[in-house]
Amino acid sequence: MSKFKKSQKNESGELNASSMSDIIFMLLFFFMTVTSMKEVDFKVKFDLPQATELTKLEKKSLVTYIYIGPPTVRNRARMGSETRIQLNDKYAEIADIQDYIAQEKGSMKEEDQPYMTVSLKIDRDTKMGIVNDVKQALRKAYALKISYAANKRQNEQLR
Amino acid sequence: MSNNRKVPQPNTSSTADIAFLLLIFFLITTTMATDTGLSLRLPPPVDSDVEQKVEERNTLVVLVSQDNKLMCEKKEIELWELKDIAKEFIENPNNDINLPKKVLVNIDFFGEVEVTKPHVISLQNDRGTNYSKFIEVQNELIAAYNELRNELSIKTFGKTNAELDEDRQKAVIDYYPLKISEAEPKEY
Repeated sequence: MSKFKKSQKNESGELNASSMSDIIFMLLFFFMTVTSMKEVDFKVKFDLPQATELTKLEKKSLVTYIYIGPPTVRNRARMGSETRIQLNDKYAEIADIQDYIAQEKGSMKEEDQPYMTVSLKIDRDTKMGIVNDVKQALRKAYALKISYAANKRQNEQLR
Repeated sequence: MSNNRKVPQPNTSSTADIAFLLLIFFLITTTMATDTGLSLRLPPPVDSDVEQKVEERNTLVVLVSQDNKLMCEKKEIELWELKDIAKEFIENPNNDINLPKKVLVNIDFFGEVEVTKPHVISLQNDRGTNYSKFIEVQNELIAAYNELRNELSIKTFGKTNAELDEDRQKAVIDYYPLKISEAEPKEY
């Protein structure tokens, strides 16, 4: 018994760990809120095509998205199943693209504007006609850096 | 009397562990899906009156037709043939008179070299062409460029293109500049 008492006397003050959980929780909440992804509500369905020669789009803030594809099942009754363009949260027409690009460009920092990239997320069954129209509209809007969004192809042999 | 009574404290040491677990879970799962795609530059808008003249030997016309068939210089080909055709066209290894003209260009690390600078690959399509087919063709063409650049990097620097530093990568790109022209839509 005497041994036990002795050791209790020598004991250095225990580390108070109760605040640690608070700190960790703060970190946790920070990451939970910060990494909330800014995703638009997709109104068109797009299955991206597959490719092998992909480049990554580095800076999210420089990228503007244009979605092209048939309306999602929910919107089909209202919009039909014809291929549509989506800008931000709304369906749009070819004529709206120039305004949209100008607006997106305006919201960027001036030094970033030349590096603006337009990522075209286009359904793989789309006809090229509408893609060509969009490309022409982008050229007129001087949004010349584009990227055809595609997924990595797993089995890469073609022949 | 009441001073003597201790309210039992719940053991909170494990909350930190639980929070840690959650934190790590969120850290790992929220790695944002990076966007990937085929990057390229569109030509700036031009006046339709100004016809851009390119010599016959300097252009490679690749046409994807309405029924998704691939035509290269008016011959129907398969997709897997395209890369080799494009590579030979871009490189012109034997100084063929029917392939793009070579011009002397001064490039860092290479000095004065002959490259097929004026070449253009004209990728044409029909309004009815399928987008996925178009991307496949586009992919093959970019693959041709990437392979040529890689071969050049290995030959001159002994490293793959991805391992080179930025200046050397740029020099390699100057050697084989990406020149795919997605032609203006034609009125038929």
